[in-house]
Amino acid sequence: MKRRRILATVAMLAAGSGLVACSSDGGGSDASNCTNTITKQNVPVVTMWGWYPNTQLVVDNFNKQHDDVQVCWTNVGQGGDEYDKFQTAISAGTGAPDVIMVEADRIPTFQIQGALVDIKQYGYDAVKANYGEGAWKDVSVGDKVYGVPVDGGPMGMIYRKDIFDKYKITPPKTWAEYEQAAQKVKDAGGPLFGDLGANVPAVLMALQIQKGASPFTYDPAQPKSIGVKLNDQASKDVLDYWGGLAKKGLVGTQDQFTPEYISGVINGNYATYISAAWAPGYLTGAGVGKGQDTGKFAVAPLPQWDPANPVQVNWGGSAFSVTKQAKKPELAAKVAYGLYADKESLTDGWTNQIIFPLNLTALKDPAFVDLKVAFFDGQQANKEVYLPAADAYKGVAYAPFGQYYLDAMTKQVSEVIKGSITGSQAADRLQEDVAKYAKEQGFTVQ
Amino acid sequence: MTLLTEKRAPRTQHEKRKIRGKVHLREHLMGWLFVGPFGVVFLAFLIAPLGYALYLSLFQKKLIGGTSFVLFDNYVKAFTDPSFLSGVWFVLRFSLVSIPLQILIALALALILDAVTTLFARFSRLMIFLPYAIPTVIGAVMWGFLYSKGFGPLTDIFGLFGATAPDFLSSDLIFYGLLNVVTWQWAGYYMIILYAALQGVDPTLYEAARMDGAGRWQIATRIKIPLIAPALILILVFSLIGTLQFFNEPQILRYLAAGTIGTDFTPNMYAYQQAFSLANFNYGSAISFALGGIVFICVYAFLFFTRKRRSFL
Repeated sequence: MKRRRILATVAMLAAGSGLVACSSDGGGSDASNCTNTITKQNVPVVTMWGWYPNTQLVVDNFNKQHDDVQVCWTNVGQGGDEYDKFQTAISAGTGAPDVIMVEADRIPTFQIQGALVDIKQYGYDAVKANYGEGAWKDVSVGDKVYGVPVDGGPMGMIYRKDIFDKYKITPPKTWAEYEQAAQKVKDAGGPLFGDLGANVPAVLMALQIQKGASPFTYDPAQPKSIGVKLNDQASKDVLDYWGGLAKKGLVGTQDQFTPEYISGVINGNYATYISAAWAPGYLTGAGVGKGQDTGKFAVAPLPQWDPANPVQVNWGGSAFSVTKQAKKPELAAKVAYGLYADKESLTDGWTNQIIFPLNLTALKDPAFVDLKVAFFDGQQANKEVYLPAADAYKGVAYAPFGQYYLDAMTKQVSEVIKGSITGSQAADRLQEDVAKYAKEQGFTVQ
Repeated sequence: MTLLTEKRAPRTQHEKRKIRGKVHLREHLMGWLFVGPFGVVFLAFLIAPLGYALYLSLFQKKLIGGTSFVLFDNYVKAFTDPSFLSGVWFVLRFSLVSIPLQILIALALALILDAVTTLFARFSRLMIFLPYAIPTVIGAVMWGFLYSKGFGPLTDIFGLFGATAPDFLSSDLIFYGLLNVVTWQWAGYYMIILYAALQGVDPTLYEAARMDGAGRWQIATRIKIPLIAPALILILVFSLIGTLQFFNEPQILRYLAAGTIGTDFTPNMYAYQQAFSLANFNYGSAISFALGGIVFICVYAFLFFTRKRRSFL
């Protein structure tokens, strides 16, 4: 009897200690489970999350070049998956990495929660000249800097040369011409001219900004007040324009980044793809331009509303930020500044079309400028389209609740696609929805 | 316990009580030790998280102004929030259609497989059950591809008759698209439960019924179904709880049709969005509890109306 009781007690204690063991096992911030192998021992380690396809190489390059700090990299998922994990770590107060790759439009969202470190004091002046003004604006909130730019997404119009040749059209220079060309192709029984995807609200935001909208104004000096202007005339015009194209059957309404859409691109179901400079790399990775559609793509500058005053916009692009949970922010900032900033990594990035670099050493590299892009059948896409677009880009102030805004936009755009509301109505509803959310979050909305 | 005391010499009342107390204590202790490991896990992984979620749901966290105690404000907000209400309305509608459909199919299949005892019947049983063995995520991905207009089989099949294939991922048809996935996945599982219940029925009852002149149809409707009513009610409760908490399939198909399936498509998805992508754990918890309340009311109402037939709970 007694022995059994002892056994039972032991079993229970064992079960209990098992629980304790589970709970004391920390999150992803410890350096014991890096994806990369750190060869230099007894050197301080900085943890990092990121998802560039060539991160392994970038991290190895950095570690090789540095003897005072080593990077421990983990890939916790792309985009939304990573943000959800980071968001959970912020709420939990533990589990975040020291350095994190974030897209520029997410920086204010994390900054307002106090999750990011202003890295201006940790060597900003030394690298300031390496990036353009628009690049810095995208990673700043007010006059504080919360990230080091890595890649950008200057926008252009990718098109199918074979379709354009067949229907005898030249790349449209304005949005009016774009619609005329679309109509011409449709009347001749051709494919759709483009696509309005409800799941890429960031594109519509960029196109609204191109027409002169400035969705959010936020000054961190007055943190309680935010300007939300989502239903001004420019915003309405752009949504009405795209809603109209969809209604007339000139463009498709397929969600993008899906197998469905990619197979459509390969089949030549869409004459154009309004997208950013990283798109060729993404499309190549997804299998586009490799089989029957090899060498059929080309790129032209983004159509304009007013060709006399062209405006260039940006979609996507990312940066390295230092998190508040970093134990040694100075060391972490050193990593953020140095990672993906060496020539070797940058060259690998742009030759493989993984990134459109923002680092001026790469942008001014003649090899980059004159690059004949294989995806575009040897067209010098950087020189002709993307570099001028990147140079002219002024930067944008993003919302501190970007996720909510983009989700809400997706909801309204899908209503436009259904045909239940017009673009203008969508803009009004979006304004109402987002302003209400901002008020709930404690902002004064202007 | 009585045996133990009887064997020994007679004792005074006081001594007896003392001994009984000791035995009681020892038995109590043993009992606690046996349930202990379960109890610890139960407390740590069910009660504590539930309690914490309830606690969280009573607070409100703002980007500006921080966290404050608001009592039931989050619940008031939830029940006036069109996103939450439309999600609840969707899962209720979906339950009303999908549960009877699945159970009718499962019941019909179970009755057929119970009546037919060939090798083919055994093979069919396995095949009908198979979709349940496929992980939900894989099942949803697979159907996502089958529904595809570009490379799914629907376009070809409908093309043969010169028709355009329906787009089950469009907002008009997503209800039926999901209905199909769920029925495909779960009908086989319910069929197995009903089939097992049918196996437990005494075959002499059928013989007696046949002698009284009952046909196959009558045996099925008058004898088999009433006898497996408890199992039917069990799977109804399972499916009701599962459907009200609908999450996996729409969340996966969202990757293919984010425009059609919004973040607030079902209450569980809305809670997930609030908690994990908008960092609003407080409101997310409140939505979860509000949904839990709705599930509880639905299940309770259901059990109340079927109370004569149930043999569990």
